[in-house]
Amino acid sequence: MGTKTSQLILPMLGAACVLLAWTVVSATIAPDLPSPARTWQESRRYVLEPFFKDGEMNQGIGRLAFYSLVRVAKGFALALAIGTPIGFLLGLSPRFHQSFDPIVQFMRPISPLAWLPLGLVIFQKSEPAGIFTIALCAMWPTVINTAVGVRSISQEHLNVGRVLKLSRRRMLTKIIVPASLPYVFTGYRLSLGLAWLVIVAAEMLTGTPGVGGFLWQEYNSLVYSHIILSVLTIGAIGFLLDRLMGLLEARVRVN
Amino acid sequence: MAYVEVRGLRKAYVTRRGRTPVLGGVDLSLDEGEFVAVVGYSGSGKTTLVSLLGGLIEPDAGEISLDGAPVTGPGPERGIVFQQYSLLPWLSVRDNVALAVDAVSPDLPAAERRRVTDEFIALVNLTPAAWKRPRELSGGMRQRVAVARGLAMRPKLLLMDEPFSALDALTRATLQDELLRIWGERRSTVMLITNDVDEAILLADRIYPMTPGPDAVLGPAIEVGLPRPRKRRHMSLEPAYQKARRVLVEFLRASQNGAGSRLQQATLDGPGLELR
Repeated sequence: MGTKTSQLILPMLGAACVLLAWTVVSATIAPDLPSPARTWQESRRYVLEPFFKDGEMNQGIGRLAFYSLVRVAKGFALALAIGTPIGFLLGLSPRFHQSFDPIVQFMRPISPLAWLPLGLVIFQKSEPAGIFTIALCAMWPTVINTAVGVRSISQEHLNVGRVLKLSRRRMLTKIIVPASLPYVFTGYRLSLGLAWLVIVAAEMLTGTPGVGGFLWQEYNSLVYSHIILSVLTIGAIGFLLDRLMGLLEARVRVN
Repeated sequence: MAYVEVRGLRKAYVTRRGRTPVLGGVDLSLDEGEFVAVVGYSGSGKTTLVSLLGGLIEPDAGEISLDGAPVTGPGPERGIVFQQYSLLPWLSVRDNVALAVDAVSPDLPAAERRRVTDEFIALVNLTPAAWKRPRELSGGMRQRVAVARGLAMRPKLLLMDEPFSALDALTRATLQDELLRIWGERRSTVMLITNDVDEAILLADRIYPMTPGPDAVLGPAIEVGLPRPRKRRHMSLEPAYQKARRVLVEFLRASQNGAGSRLQQATLDGPGLELR
């Protein structure tokens, strides 16, 4: 079998296995779990007319995904805006590193579920609380990768700047930032993955319209096939986002 | 006092495993416009000497002065051409050189700085490749960029740390010839560090042999009595060339035997002598 065909056929074979397992499980041990066929039956309108809107909580999956993506974009942008400078400071200043690295390591493993109620307490509204949670959870890979990137700049490149006696600003723009850019973008890609992971939890807890909010609402309304629809949508979009950032990362790496 | 004056320079590296004395009291001097080479075995501390003169590291003892002023810390008046080129891979050839031009003459108008940058790129014959990135260039072209950048610092002293040692023999010869031409045009003060005896004789006015470390020192300088402008062809047949080579090789061989490290015996005869 040629590599081209196996590249196409083997993933389809994998998907077929999962579909089969799903069918078997829904037919035997979990009768409440809709089968693939039933899931498609009950979800087709959401997929085929992705932008219809009957009410606040009954909308096409494209529309719901769009709400979620906008929310993630805001949280992600905030994460980068805060995380990138912190990362550079951690990498550049040993004092800053000594002061704040323990806090970074401490805050990093805290789950989004823990931050969200705190966000609600601070902002009193679900929308900013969600964005706050996304930003706070998603920024750590950016912080850490940026700091590592700055610290792994080769001494020979730094020596060029020292011999030329570059000003602080030019040292930053000509050497430090471009040298650490590949690491920074790896951080961005991981951060985006986290942001998308957090969005579901944030929407489920706040009940805001979006893929995650829809998922939770349909669970409460006992329309289980729509849970599966949401899960598949979340997976597909997460996969696409990662690929997109991967392309960007590769571009930066080449330069 | 000479233009460049180095007295009793000592440097040891201290690690957890102990102390490695690299330089054990180096003395040397350069006159303005002189081309001086330091020849020694690999690992004898030549790069340490360049780093000290460049101000990238601090000596344990000793003094360095340039044009009457003591040297402290790095600065563009002591330009360095590094062994591994050390070009910034995210900048084009032009921007790598421009970085040096902009750093040393920030007060010049932008158009003038651009003109000067182009001049240095043309000097090393890289005008057609000016917009390429370093990774698109061959080793020889990369080292040319590094030479152009070193010269573009308009240094009082240009330090060259084994600039051609990573190149193949043909490219190395071409770059040596170009350096000979450029130096002939500009007469900058150059200190070339090398492990290639023939390279040193071809290029330098005077040559300091360096004893193998630890505690390396420089032997008495050898005058290369060859007239300028020099041409590579037939040079090795000149009595002055052969004499300089014999004195250098004898000193280096004796110093190595003295250091007792017979294990790294170099093949000291034959063409293209290199000390490893």
